[in-house]
Amino acid sequence: MSLVSPTPMLNYFGYLFDGANWHLSGDSSIPERLAQHIGYTLAALAIAALIALPVGLLIGHTNRGAFIAIGLGNLGRSLPTFGLVLLLVTYLGVYIWPVLLALIVLAIPPILAQTYAAIRSVDPAAVDAAIGMGMRPRQVLFQAEVPMALPLIIGGLRNALLQVTATATIAAYASFGGLGRLLIDGLNRNQYDQVLAGAILVAALAIALDYISAFIERVVVSPGVRERGSRRSRRSRSAVRTQSPTEESPVSASR
Amino acid sequence: MITYLQNNYPEVLSDLVEHLWLALIPVVVGAALSLPLGYLAVRVPSLYQPVVNVGAVLYSIPSLALFLMIPVIIGVGYLSPLNVLIGLSLYTLALLARTVADALISVQGETTQAARALGYRPLRQLFGVELPMAAPVIFAGLRVATVANISLVSVGALVGSGGLGNLFTGGFQLGFVEPIIIGIVLSMLLAGLCDVGLVLLQRRLTPWTRVGGRA
Amino acid sequence: MLKSKLAAAAVALAAILPLSACGGDPTSGGGTGDASSPAITIGSANFPENQLLAEMYAQALEAKGVKVTRKFNIGARELYLKALKDGSINMIPEYNGAFLAALSPNGEVPNGVTTTDQVNAALQKVLPSGLETLTSSPAEDKDTLTVTAATASKYKLAKIDDLKPVASKLVLGAGPEFKTRYQGVVGLKKVYGLTFKSFKSLDPGGPLTKAALKKNQIQVANIFSTDSAIQTDNLKVLDDTKNLFLAQNVTPVLTKAKVKGDVKSTVDAVSAALTTEDLTKYLAEVAVDKKSYESVAKEFLDAKGIN
Repeated sequence: MSLVSPTPMLNYFGYLFDGANWHLSGDSSIPERLAQHIGYTLAALAIAALIALPVGLLIGHTNRGAFIAIGLGNLGRSLPTFGLVLLLVTYLGVYIWPVLLALIVLAIPPILAQTYAAIRSVDPAAVDAAIGMGMRPRQVLFQAEVPMALPLIIGGLRNALLQVTATATIAAYASFGGLGRLLIDGLNRNQYDQVLAGAILVAALAIALDYISAFIERVVVSPGVRERGSRRSRRSRSAVRTQSPTEESPVSASR
Repeated sequence: MITYLQNNYPEVLSDLVEHLWLALIPVVVGAALSLPLGYLAVRVPSLYQPVVNVGAVLYSIPSLALFLMIPVIIGVGYLSPLNVLIGLSLYTLALLARTVADALISVQGETTQAARALGYRPLRQLFGVELPMAAPVIFAGLRVATVANISLVSVGALVGSGGLGNLFTGGFQLGFVEPIIIGIVLSMLLAGLCDVGLVLLQRRLTPWTRVGGRA
Repeated sequence: MLKSKLAAAAVALAAILPLSACGGDPTSGGGTGDASSPAITIGSANFPENQLLAEMYAQALEAKGVKVTRKFNIGARELYLKALKDGSINMIPEYNGAFLAALSPNGEVPNGVTTTDQVNAALQKVLPSGLETLTSSPAEDKDTLTVTAATASKYKLAKIDDLKPVASKLVLGAGPEFKTRYQGVVGLKKVYGLTFKSFKSLDPGGPLTKAALKKNQIQVANIFSTDSAIQTDNLKVLDDTKNLFLAQNVTPVLTKAKVKGDVKSTVDAVSAALTTEDLTKYLAEVAVDKKSYESVAKEFLDAKGIN
């Protein structure tokens, strides 16, 4: 008894491996969905970093308003992004920027909290040495604290990147593109191979972006810092990948 | 807002209750499975990296995608709450197995050697020494998992089990912001309360961590 | 002391696990009702009108002592039929024409089937053995192709046929499922020869579709005929001269095993009392006046003297 018109259930991977879905010119092709997804993700991450990095650095450097960084980290984690996207789209209209706004709100807390924690984790002796050398506050921040805190700061960015990549799928529910389109369309059309293609592609994209950012991290982090803090930063970074950093996160608690 | 609540409180209440068990059962299941798995990853060092890697991959799958993949993999109904329960349990497990392993590794040292010297057998050492020492770290992971689960449940509304997420989709379809705001606020309150509850539980279970201030 | 406490906690955790694993599924199935009034899980599609209908039937059944579990807002027909099949739900308010199309090979309905009676007769031939349709309501809610007044006057559109020369310039918007349905993009091409410039996946007659239509991101929209926005926003419904979208009477579909006791008479009474005007009117109370589904459904049943 076939209740629903014939389904491609037999071939779970049909959609993913159908060459027609990969043509660049095709309407709603996989490359187009990928490009949209990366576009939403990077746009939201860039804007979030633009806001959260300076604030995190300032709070970390002055150690004033630390409760903001910690509180925001906790609050951000408890915010249901799906609800936020639907709220902003309902309230502000069916545009892409309310969706991006929600993704930015999602990305700010991990970047801010981790940047703050990273600056605070810098060895006070090194900071004292920098001051002793006659550096001005700005120089202390950018020539001593930031280079040493960089692995952890980038850890926060990578954490945010991962979250935004996964969450950008929700844009499709509000009629926009990205890989979520495959999930929503496949679900409503009962085309399971399309759903599966979407799931695999998003996971693959998240992992690929994480590898790329790991590479960037290797390039920008000073070899001295990397060498010295390699054990610690690797542990904290990989823990960061699955859990947002706060003072109480396993990373800092075990340190 | 008040009017909406007055008109709809039975629905809001049942969504809230559904939300609670959809989020918390996976925490319990995931935590219960992560203890043996994390322990195994410590005892069998060749298992550690696979546990970490599989967890990281699992965690990068968006929740909606995961909820949609489960019915085909294990053959339950498309609208069964099991899809959400299993999906969130997997996330919890992915996060906690690694936390448990790292926590157990971090407590290896003089104290565990002392325990061994005192003639503790492995199991007694695990429950009597290592787990209590690792408890603060494990609890921190548990809190992260709990809060994350509570905010993720709402996506389940797209596959028939969404708790407060039903207010999101329902409000969206009618163009009303009230139910969406109520859903967001309740979800965050729930997360906050559960977090406080876990902190209190941890204090009861590990009173020594309070002696020297925060662990 | 401490270690025993922790050990106890670990044991307790392990003990809860199997309990929660099997006790965590209170909403599936609804049991194999053997009493005269079975427990019924009612589902609904992902648009407000269907949820309102489901709530009306649910309250009427509850008034007769039937234990009802609500599983509303599931998704498109493609999804909820699967739920009906796997027992996740036992009843859903359907629309006979669309339901017939979904059950027919390739979604193509036999020639000459257009009226309510013809549709229902054809439906019985393709209905899966485990399901039963109850009496159709006179209330109808059709899929439409709808345009704004501006688009209608610009291209002189009155019926779907009129789209043929201009379709290649227009974007069609609807729920994702509309693209692969015969009563959708497939049939529009086959029956009317229409190929649109592109198709935009939105929602079934919901806020996304209506917003996109107003902003001219799409020019042709799939909107339901009972939508009060057609009046308030001065939209133009194009005549379906070739009956691609069949008679769409509200028709409850149930799992056969659940049709016993008072169930049939109760559901039929609700269907019989409901008119198309009622649908539009009560739906507007939900969608415009922001009343709850429960209160509007109750108001309807009270007005008709059904509970």
